[in-house]
Amino acid sequence: MSEFSIIGRRLPKVNSWAHLTGEARYADDIFLPRMLYGRLLRSTRPHARIRRIDVSRALAHPGVVAAVIGADMPEKMGIMPSTQDETALAVDKVRYVGEPVAAVAAVDEDAAFEALSLIEVDYEDLEPIFTIEDALEREDVKIHEEAKRANVFKEVHLSFGDLDAGFARADHVRDDWFFFEGNTHAPMESHSAVAQYGGDDKLTLWTATQVPHYLHRELEKVLGLERSRIRVIATPNGGAFGGKSDPFGHEFAAALLAMRTRRPVKITLDREEVFYAHRGRHPVKMRIKTGVQKDGEITAVHYQSWLDGGAYASYGIATTYYTGALLTVTYRIPIYKFDGVRVYTNKPPCGPKRGHGTTQPRYGFECQIDKIAEDLGLDPLEYRKRILQPPNSRTVNELRITSMGLGECLDALQRRTHFSERRGQLGRGKGIGIAGSAYISGAGLPIYWNDMPHSGAEIRIDRGGGVTVMCGTAEIGQGSDNVLATVAAETLGVYPSDVHVVSGDTSLTPVDLGSYSSRVTFMAGNAVRDASLKLRTLLVGAAAEKLGVPETRLLSAYRRIYDQDDPEKFVTFADAAVLAESKHGTLVAAGSYKPPKGIGGTFKGAGVGPSPAYSYQAAVAEVSVDLDTGTLVVDKVTTAHDCGRALNPPNVEGQIEGAAYMGYGEIIGEEQVFRGGLHKKPSLLDYKLPTSLDTPALEALVVESVDAEGPFGAKEAGEGPLNPVIPAIANAVYDAIGVRFDETPITAEKILDALGKRDNRGVTKKRIGPDGLGGDADPNRALRRLGATTAARERRVAGDGGQSPPTG
Amino acid sequence: MLRLPRFRIATPRTYREAAQLLRDNGAGELDRTRGTPTLRVMLVAGGTDLFPNMKRRQFSPEVLVSLARVRDAARIHENGKLEISAGTTLTEVAGDQRVRDRYTALAQAAELVSTPQLRNMGTIGGNVCLDTRCNWYDQSLFWRTAEGFCMKTNPEVVCRVATSSPRCLAVASADTVPALLVLGASAHLQNAEGEREVALADLYREDGIRAWAMRQDEVLTEITLPRAEGWRSTYLKLRDRGSFDFPIAGVGAAVRWDGGTVREARIAVTALGSRPLLVEAAREALVGTRLDDRAIGAAADAVHKAARPMDNTSGTISQRKVASRVLTERALVSLRDPGAWGAAPPKR
Amino acid sequence: MTKELLTLRVNGEPRTIAVEPHHTLLEVLREELGLTGTKHGCELGECGTCTVLVDGVPVLSCLTLPAFLGDADVRTVEGLAGAGAPGRGAEREATLDPLQTAFAEEGAAQCGYCTPGMLMTARALLDANPRPSRAEIAQAISGNLCRCTGYTAIYEAIEKAAARS
Repeated sequence: MSEFSIIGRRLPKVNSWAHLTGEARYADDIFLPRMLYGRLLRSTRPHARIRRIDVSRALAHPGVVAAVIGADMPEKMGIMPSTQDETALAVDKVRYVGEPVAAVAAVDEDAAFEALSLIEVDYEDLEPIFTIEDALEREDVKIHEEAKRANVFKEVHLSFGDLDAGFARADHVRDDWFFFEGNTHAPMESHSAVAQYGGDDKLTLWTATQVPHYLHRELEKVLGLERSRIRVIATPNGGAFGGKSDPFGHEFAAALLAMRTRRPVKITLDREEVFYAHRGRHPVKMRIKTGVQKDGEITAVHYQSWLDGGAYASYGIATTYYTGALLTVTYRIPIYKFDGVRVYTNKPPCGPKRGHGTTQPRYGFECQIDKIAEDLGLDPLEYRKRILQPPNSRTVNELRITSMGLGECLDALQRRTHFSERRGQLGRGKGIGIAGSAYISGAGLPIYWNDMPHSGAEIRIDRGGGVTVMCGTAEIGQGSDNVLATVAAETLGVYPSDVHVVSGDTSLTPVDLGSYSSRVTFMAGNAVRDASLKLRTLLVGAAAEKLGVPETRLLSAYRRIYDQDDPEKFVTFADAAVLAESKHGTLVAAGSYKPPKGIGGTFKGAGVGPSPAYSYQAAVAEVSVDLDTGTLVVDKVTTAHDCGRALNPPNVEGQIEGAAYMGYGEIIGEEQVFRGGLHKKPSLLDYKLPTSLDTPALEALVVESVDAEGPFGAKEAGEGPLNPVIPAIANAVYDAIGVRFDETPITAEKILDALGKRDNRGVTKKRIGPDGLGGDADPNRALRRLGATTAARERRVAGDGGQSPPTG
Repeated sequence: MLRLPRFRIATPRTYREAAQLLRDNGAGELDRTRGTPTLRVMLVAGGTDLFPNMKRRQFSPEVLVSLARVRDAARIHENGKLEISAGTTLTEVAGDQRVRDRYTALAQAAELVSTPQLRNMGTIGGNVCLDTRCNWYDQSLFWRTAEGFCMKTNPEVVCRVATSSPRCLAVASADTVPALLVLGASAHLQNAEGEREVALADLYREDGIRAWAMRQDEVLTEITLPRAEGWRSTYLKLRDRGSFDFPIAGVGAAVRWDGGTVREARIAVTALGSRPLLVEAAREALVGTRLDDRAIGAAADAVHKAARPMDNTSGTISQRKVASRVLTERALVSLRDPGAWGAAPPKR
Repeated sequence: MTKELLTLRVNGEPRTIAVEPHHTLLEVLREELGLTGTKHGCELGECGTCTVLVDGVPVLSCLTLPAFLGDADVRTVEGLAGAGAPGRGAEREATLDPLQTAFAEEGAAQCGYCTPGMLMTARALLDANPRPSRAEIAQAISGNLCRCTGYTAIYEAIEKAAARS
């Protein structure tokens, strides 16, 4: 029998019922009396100066009530206080196609849409920058004047040990280039915000956000309204995956329009706009040089990354560090050097997507590990096990490792998939591949410097035994409300269904930094546990007095506080609450969590990477390649994930499976790509989210290493499991057809190219991937062509105008 | 939320009435007062093609003539020939036992269109008249404004795919059409004055804008398939995903056997040019053979030669060229050895 | 444009409303009838999020005009559970659709946003085919994108509901 009454049981999430009945109120489901509908006008230019904006014709359109432009909110903002380079709406200059320029509010959405085409914007085009290479070199074109060198946003160099000496000790050195294509979150719910400004001059903003607290701060700054007058309520997010963790233009625009009109204003982005809001996976070029001894022991790693950041900072400074920071936590690396550069380009800003900054290097590194294993004649699974970073250790870059279950993950996979026996044995066109990974359970530092808790929770017990948990976390579908309810219920001895969760409301809930960096289970879980224990002490004390049994003998579970030696001797939880309240007054307790000191180094740049605990995971992918059409089918992905302890197994498995799905999508063909600065596929038809018919069979294996500091031993489960899936598939494709894919996505075109079937010339390739920086097609070709064709060609007479058959 | 432009709806009860409404409301005339030039009046059946286009403002007609209330618009009738009313949904077509048994290619093609929901709404007539598609065209008003529009939404602009092209290169993307072509289908058209029947193959033109040889005031009312004794047919589709996606290459094949010899054959392709195409050279390569590998190879070569993909759909030109050959081979092999590829095309 | 008076039958109830001809069923359900359980992900027929049942058949409300519906029966997620079911917990489960209970138990709704459309599609599947194979389920829900689950839990939930019905 389990030591727990709730933990580990396959219970429905507490918020399931609202989801399943249509009762859940997402931001766009909010309709308020007198509400206006807002829409954003977006830039049609990748890089241009705004000479003039005239909204007068739009304002004159029937039904239009108000309009705002960038100059109305010129204050710089952005998620990272040190790199704020954005404004709510573009001021003076636009830097990508799709950047918000103005906003209108009207009595209905039809009128708001029509009004957009009546706003006149006079642009002066500037030369755009679209590639990493151009961004690095073009001093003459500045996307941001503040950039010190060309269009470099951030450059970091970290060195741990004597690299030359490390490589000198190696018997074998691999030096590989990789490219990871950008992609986006594409949650099913598009961003939406509703703002209300009352007669009391207070602003309430309901919004689909992962970070209500950070948004609260930015609203104060941009709107010039004291924070005490602002309330941010994070509505249930219809998926987020990192894409709703920045402050966004539409949130400020809705707020300002509400303030101007004193009417509620809703702005919901349409699907295409979500592709422009982006903040997704950075395209990254990587060079990884790794030295190993004959037995495979790593002697040194030199990792370099070049990130295409798009037009603004977003979390870019953290992303840049993350590409290098977590490479060290899986396998023993004694000497390490990391160089990272993030540049600005005239494309929608990149930011954090599930696996933030670690997905790209993990792909490259795990592909390289596979190559090294092959070079040394080692089994890739066994090889990984041989070089594991040990638990309770420090990495070369001074990260503290506590529980570490990667070895168990690899063992579980071998037992389940028989990887080692099957590799190389499946026949041409069929393959199996493996990869490992790790992720943080919350960032060790907040995004703005402060000494306060990372997570706070407040718990109240009512006189009927009901428990209310209040915490600033945002429920984004990851199950955070259920985690809070589960931890409180287990600690206090009630059912999760006895717990009311109030989350993500800056007026009602203590600050939690938000639902990003996989921090909620660990940090908010600990905060809730802290508060619950305080109340439990009061209740158990009151029960002990009533029962005449020492407190140490009392347990609480199933809505009872009972004598463990004689379980029929009990008081009900509700009675205990009344006793405790009679004795101590109103039953409210606050709890908080802050990561311990000393979990990372003290060097400059040491702030990114430390976490109170790391999750570990590995995946095995099985693939089939159609050798005639080049079609890649991923048949199955099995992922083993060390989550410390599964608080709610279906939820953990769901996170693992969902992450595998998302990773699969990234390597099979999801790509955020552009032509002349214009997104090539800003729709759900063209941006290929895998359907039920594409998605591989997914299996989740839960490994529990029981972390000493996690709530009941739990660590993260939401992000890490995405990472190993991508290199596992690339390695499986190698097993199937003998071609290394050192770039993503793996498309039919690339497979045909490698197989020599693309152009019938029969020239085969052993590898598809970059050989260095540069070598890209002329970035301005598309634009020049566009200009030339539009201007130069003779007007074509359309004939008598028959356009299309009149049937739809 | 992305919304439809404003319009008026007319709901005729007969096809003739629909044709009259088209004529009376200025069928084929362009309205230049609503942003980019748009047709004044358009027909709508299931709406699965037209409404997304209207939400993207590729069209904003003042009047929509809906076929939703036309009597007997959805039925399949066998009368020696198989008559399929234009308003029959793709789900109904794919599920009809007569179609499945004797006109297999059509059942397969209808079942491969988009998603179950779309097939529940979309009609065979709508699929036959599916607007040609292009990456530069099937985009929102905003996107096309940023791009500067193209020939298909604004006759005064060039084709973005190949700027020197004298015609629009938008792609024929209907799944059912190659299947219908190899089954020898004809189309019934109704205008205000009367009706006519044309071979389906003659309905299409190699032009992404004026892709149909029907009049602007004509309504497609029925598809007729001749008797199928001795024929065996199939349709194979290449697309990125297992659902939602339009074909980026599609091959219909039908063969009439006489003993062990191919007496007649038809191969048609879709998504490899602006018109769905019956490949005559492929027929020649097959008739009189026993559908041996060499004959199949020759037919596949002919299809490969006829395929003219441009860089304006998902996938790539070379991938789709390669697929035109492979799909042809697989289709023909399945007609020779049932069960090889036919009924269940490979995943994705 | 002038509004037209229409009577729609939604979840078994006649609802008379004035609608503009160009407003879709999705917009009418959410904005005129307060039935915000039906969600939207693209409004172009490219995601399946807005799926409702019309005479038991899954269709996309974003591409459906109310004017064409006549007296058809429209069913949304709000009409899936037994109407006006009292109570909570075990009592309530008895009146929920078996799909709703199974989705909860299997964790088939993560963010919950694709869920209403997914439930309606699944309901139509089970009505037509009470014991679907996994391949048939995958085919039936191939027009409903889910970004969270990888579909596995959804298969398991539909199978569980089928086994219980």
